[in-house]
Amino acid sequence: MSGAASWSFNESDYRQIQQYLQGFLRDSNARCALLVDRTGQLVATVGEPPQFDPTAFASLTAADFSANDQLAKMIGEPDFASLVHQGEKESMYLADVAKRVILVVLFDQRATLGLVKLKAKATVEALNHVFQAMFDRVGAGGGDDTKGILHGAEDEIDKLFG
Amino acid sequence: MSMINYASREINCKLVYYGPGLGGKTTNLEHIYGKVAPNTRGKMISLATETERTLFFDFLPVDLGTIRGFKTRFHLYTVPGQVYYNASRKLILKGVDGIVFVADSQIERMEANVESMQNLYDNMSEYGYDLTKIPFTIQYNKRDLPNAAPIRDLQQALNPGWPIDDPAQQKVVPDPGHPGENIVEKGEDGWYGRAPYYEAVAVRGDGVFETLRAVSKFVLKTLS
Repeated sequence: MSGAASWSFNESDYRQIQQYLQGFLRDSNARCALLVDRTGQLVATVGEPPQFDPTAFASLTAADFSANDQLAKMIGEPDFASLVHQGEKESMYLADVAKRVILVVLFDQRATLGLVKLKAKATVEALNHVFQAMFDRVGAGGGDDTKGILHGAEDEIDKLFG
Repeated sequence: MSMINYASREINCKLVYYGPGLGGKTTNLEHIYGKVAPNTRGKMISLATETERTLFFDFLPVDLGTIRGFKTRFHLYTVPGQVYYNASRKLILKGVDGIVFVADSQIERMEANVESMQNLYDNMSEYGYDLTKIPFTIQYNKRDLPNAAPIRDLQQALNPGWPIDDPAQQKVVPDPGHPGENIVEKGEDGWYGRAPYYEAVAVRGDGVFETLRAVSKFVLKTLS
């Protein structure tokens, strides 16, 4: 492999992801759910719009998860599939999805950690299927959409960089 | 690992600034942060020690323009240069689309440059990435200092070239930044390729955008 593989998701993937996350927020009473890929890019946000810079948040989330993965290995665990950061009023729950994406749940005192964990479990399973199907599509060669989008755009790229 | 988001019509790419400690990686990002219009960049995040040495990474998202109706968003990261932070350095390379190696031109830092370059090759190969096949640019920083080594020596130590065995790629490719020089050419022992390089004085901003432009363009071209 010369570099990391690209992946993409289309509108119907996005709608499906949103439906699962909206259902999860309704059932768990959490405020907001974000999906962040392991390289630190924000994939989706559902629920109350966050009051912080979501791009910076996504990059820190990925770093947090990666650092914890390494800590897990050091103590003899393959990984930590989920993490909890508990604050006085606001808390976060992070869970691995298909080894490529992280589900981040923001919740306050209206929700309990137990309920968030319980409801997140089923949501993560559902999301695992959606993402696995997305990655398989790229792997099968039918969906390397990044190439499609920029194919023949050399002139436009040259123009962009003057 | 570039990611394309059809819902928000964005192409996201990850660039990593690598190199020895105190070489100017963070300074590159600070200059970019200071110069680009605030509406085209996000917040700069620095996870640094109390003495301003990078502990984990610096992060800066920048929009470089629109292609085919898609916003091209580049996430710029630096790694901690100090040798003992290798665990965090390796984490940052995950999913990288393009690399800028910021070398410290001072003669005294030659060994640190070589060590860091070797470390980059090692960390990349642990992920299964091949540095000779992804967008990769070298920036020789601190060119204004009196003890800066000649470019020829730096090139020899850090950018000697790699063999190109694929006949389809055995054609001369001129170096866009240096007229008369090539990044792919035939040498005495056959064809070889080299990373394009730029000279810089990052504290003044010289060469910072040239480097960024070159590597970003390279990344987008690999997608086209």
